[in-house]
Amino acid sequence: MLRIRRDLVDAIVEHARRDHPDEACGVIAGPDDGTDRPERFIPMLNAARSPTFYEFDSADLLRLYREMDANDEVPVVIYHSHTATEAYPSRTDVKLAQEPFAHYVLVSTRDPEEHDFRSYRIVNGVVTEEPVEVVESYMFANTGSDDLPDA
Amino acid sequence: MAVNVSIPTILRTHTGGEKSVEASGKTVLEVIDDIEAKHGGLKDRLVKDEKLHRFVNVYVNDEDVRFAGGLDAEVKDGDTVTILPAVAGGAR
Repeated sequence: MLRIRRDLVDAIVEHARRDHPDEACGVIAGPDDGTDRPERFIPMLNAARSPTFYEFDSADLLRLYREMDANDEVPVVIYHSHTATEAYPSRTDVKLAQEPFAHYVLVSTRDPEEHDFRSYRIVNGVVTEEPVEVVESYMFANTGSDDLPDA
Repeated sequence: MAVNVSIPTILRTHTGGEKSVEASGKTVLEVIDDIEAKHGGLKDRLVKDEKLHRFVNVYVNDEDVRFAGGLDAEVKDGDTVTILPAVAGGAR
């Protein structure tokens, strides 16, 4: 399961809307302490600038991983958008997924009003969808999205 | 010629969980071959048809070797070699 703060979900969706019709991509880093808690929103440039492909720029990628290393962080969430198809990992997504401990978040922006926000584990070519729990804060474990009005 | 090689999470199964390893070599390929000799299985994940895999990035210090001679890129004593899988994908 992915537990994620609402402001981080909003930031991902906003980025995906802003870059539409190109795919948007980025990372939410979190502490490397096994808590699996996404904390720091890092939008990345899609070096491919494409509606059907995304790739972090190679220099940005090195900078990102050095920074996470220095902060004792890991990429808890790796997100990208699909702008004309559903929020499900494509064959390319599965083939290229190389962070076995990350939550791969996909947002679909094909509908201008409604978005789809879904999360997956992708390990050795196997995709497993997981529930997403949106919380206001990580401090109150029982405040789930069910307790709050829809956005 | 000793260099420090930083290993990404997905390849640490080949280094007994180590985040970085010491290796030697005058080029990126020699460094990879040296790691392969100690930790079998790594080279296949990095090199295909004698070229660096398209979705694996290798840096000598701050430079992506793709722009510096690829596997023939020069490595000097004390350099840091960083291996990072590309973060990429797409709708198709």
